[in-house]
Amino acid sequence: MKIAVCVKHVPEQSKRIDPATKRLDRSGEGAINPFDVHAVEEALKLKEDRGGEVVVVSMGPAGAQDSVRKALAMGADSALLITDEAAAGSDLVATANVLAAALESEAPDLVLFGQQAGDSDGAVLWAAVADRLHRPVISQVANLSVADGKVRGKRQTEFGYDVIEAPIPAVLAVSDAINEPRYPSLKGIMGARSKPQRTVSLSELGLEGGVTGEAGSKTVVQALSDPPPRGDTVKIEDDGSAAEKIVEFLAERKLV
Amino acid sequence: MNLDLTEEQELLRSTVRDFARERIAPIAEELDREHRFPYDLVRELAELGLMGMTIPEDYGGAGADTVSYALAVEELTRVDSSVAITVAAHHSLGTLPIYYYGTEEQKREWIPQLASGEKLAAFGLTEPDAGSDAGAARTRAELCDGGWVVNGSKMFITNAGTAITACVTITAVTGDGEISNLIIPNGTPGYEIAPPMQKLGWRASDTRELAFRDVRVPEENLLGSRGQGFRQFLEILDGGRISVSAMGVGLAQGAYDLAAKYAQERQQFGKPIAKFQAVQFALADMATEIEAGRNMVIKAAWLKDQGRPFAKEAAMAKLYTGELSHRAANAALQIHGGYGFMDEFAISRLYRDQKILEIGEGTNEVQRMVIAKHLGL
Ligand SMILES: Cc1cc2nc3c(=O)[nH]c(=O)nc-3n(C[C@H](O)[C@H](O)[C@H](O)COP(=O)(O)OP(=O)(O)OC[C@H]3O[C@@H](n4cnc5c(N)ncnc54)[C@H](O)[C@@H]3O)c2cc1C
Ligand SMILES: Cc1cc2nc3c(=O)[nH]c(=O)nc-3n(C[C@H](O)[C@H](O)[C@H](O)COP(=O)(O)OP(=O)(O)OC[C@H]3O[C@@H](n4cnc5c(N)ncnc54)[C@H](O)[C@@H]3O)c2cc1C
Repeated sequence: MKIAVCVKHVPEQSKRIDPATKRLDRSGEGAINPFDVHAVEEALKLKEDRGGEVVVVSMGPAGAQDSVRKALAMGADSALLITDEAAAGSDLVATANVLAAALESEAPDLVLFGQQAGDSDGAVLWAAVADRLHRPVISQVANLSVADGKVRGKRQTEFGYDVIEAPIPAVLAVSDAINEPRYPSLKGIMGARSKPQRTVSLSELGLEGGVTGEAGSKTVVQALSDPPPRGDTVKIEDDGSAAEKIVEFLAERKLV
Repeated sequence: MNLDLTEEQELLRSTVRDFARERIAPIAEELDREHRFPYDLVRELAELGLMGMTIPEDYGGAGADTVSYALAVEELTRVDSSVAITVAAHHSLGTLPIYYYGTEEQKREWIPQLASGEKLAAFGLTEPDAGSDAGAARTRAELCDGGWVVNGSKMFITNAGTAITACVTITAVTGDGEISNLIIPNGTPGYEIAPPMQKLGWRASDTRELAFRDVRVPEENLLGSRGQGFRQFLEILDGGRISVSAMGVGLAQGAYDLAAKYAQERQQFGKPIAKFQAVQFALADMATEIEAGRNMVIKAAWLKDQGRPFAKEAAMAKLYTGELSHRAANAALQIHGGYGFMDEFAISRLYRDQKILEIGEGTNEVQRMVIAKHLGL
């Protein structure tokens, strides 16, 4: 079974949005999106169980190589990094176009995503990519199994669990509750460099200008504002009666 | 000239940093309080390949360089010295002598289980009456009927008495003015390991006094040839100083981390104490010295990786980082005020763990003697 895992290189620290460009400030150190580490782990577990290979796919600046390398050090077999000046500033649609083209060329049985990117928190890309690939998608997967050419995902919802089955090939977005990711071993770290890693441009993927990058992005950020300030806060110091006061406070508002 | 770490070194450092923060930090205080050896952590570190870092893959290690090893030890010490010394003593003192001086047969017998971290090894040089003057060792080993018979004792030996310790390599007098190293497997009759010593710091690490009473081991347990023991242990200590100096940097960095965080949270006179210049200067001095110390450690490790002489630089790094960690732990605790004196504040543990860095693997004074010798004085 061939499994592709999409990983995003995200800024490690700030979530600052530059008011001038209305874009996320990506100047600091980057690291693999923590949610995507769960997708890598799940792919590795599937591979260990059933055999096959795991390919890491990422679109990002040259620095995204660090995130790709971490996934390889964890145990992925190969990597495809799409890096191109013309891809900078891509919005959801533009990013989905590129990833879909890359995934098309890899022809995996399963595509795994993290549930959301820790920087922009869209939590949508997997749906858009699945749509372009004409494949079923199961999101918020907290438990995953594969049998008889089908994949079954236990989906975490606000009200309980859905269990959804889909034919393979399929797209899955895993939740961070699905597993506890391994640390890359020193052997994995030392061996990562020698694994097949390709860096491709948009034209090498057969993508024309205009479908991605700023040119392909129809999203216009019109305005940015801080969230409204919270209502009056009541600070309760614990002098032994804090619990009572909290209950009183909630009762007054008919919350308990 | 290139001062960048390699991609592998960077990734290793961030991996060990994550591991230390996520797996070690939450239990460090408890391990210290209970004086409990961290068996589970050792197993996890072994799985990551951190127990036999610089041993080649052929022998079950990870084949990393000394710079990587120093970075890993620094990151571990930043969070917990007991775990760091367990790794460093096992690797630099326990495993490397057998790897460097052992015959192919000895290496095949011992190294795979040690490099994989399945078992631990110790190095017994210090004796009750021979510390800085290690050449004054009195433990004797005599050849009779094709085996060595060992009598004597060793003091303060790290990792000697854990449930997974395989052996200790000891220095012994094997003839007139002749010192040699011998491998003594744990469980050999007559080899007695005293209960764990009670210590100011490194409380979760294993430190023992050892007694040898007519302990018999085969003649092949000699490491290298007879009379080489003195040269061997000097070389081992040269290398060991790199990891202990990495511990000095790690401890200072850990103390800095705690102090910087605390100074931004603690309010006095209506503002965070980090706003007071005296506190800022203390932190600035710490950060500066840490930068200098780290560069010394990396330089010594890099020289070793290049196959060049490194003993002088390693001794300098050990001396400097031992003393800088002392200043850093002291200043960081001072920034914590009275809270820093309380057990529940991690800085108190770092403060206690610091002192041994100026004593173990050669005291500050011994480092100065080694450096002076290298300066031709
Ligand atoms: C004000 C504002 C400013 C923005 N500024 C920028 C900006 O400067 N630069 C920018 O890139 N985006 C920016 N965006 C967001 C941009 O629109 C998102 O890239 C897009 O919505 C995709 O969503 P996401 O990145 O949140 O991914 P999600 O939909 O949250 O990601 C889900 C999963 O998709 C995968 N994935 C996501 N991105 C990639 C990737 N590049 N390669 C491989 N796999 C991936 C991962 O598995 C991830 O877990 C901005 C959005 C807003 C609202
Ligand atoms: C927790 C711990 C773990 C240890 N682990 C190990 C281990 O695994 N293996 C091992 O072999 N040893 C180990 N040691 C021993 C350690 O290396 C010795 O304690 C150290 O070398 C100092 O020896 P000593 O304690 O006998 O001090 P001494 O040599 O008695 O020194 C006492 C003081 O005199 C000073 N001094 C001595 N000679 C001179 C001189 N010529 N000029 C100036 N000053 C001098 C010293 O610097 C020191 O300040 C460990 C020690 C501790 C505390």
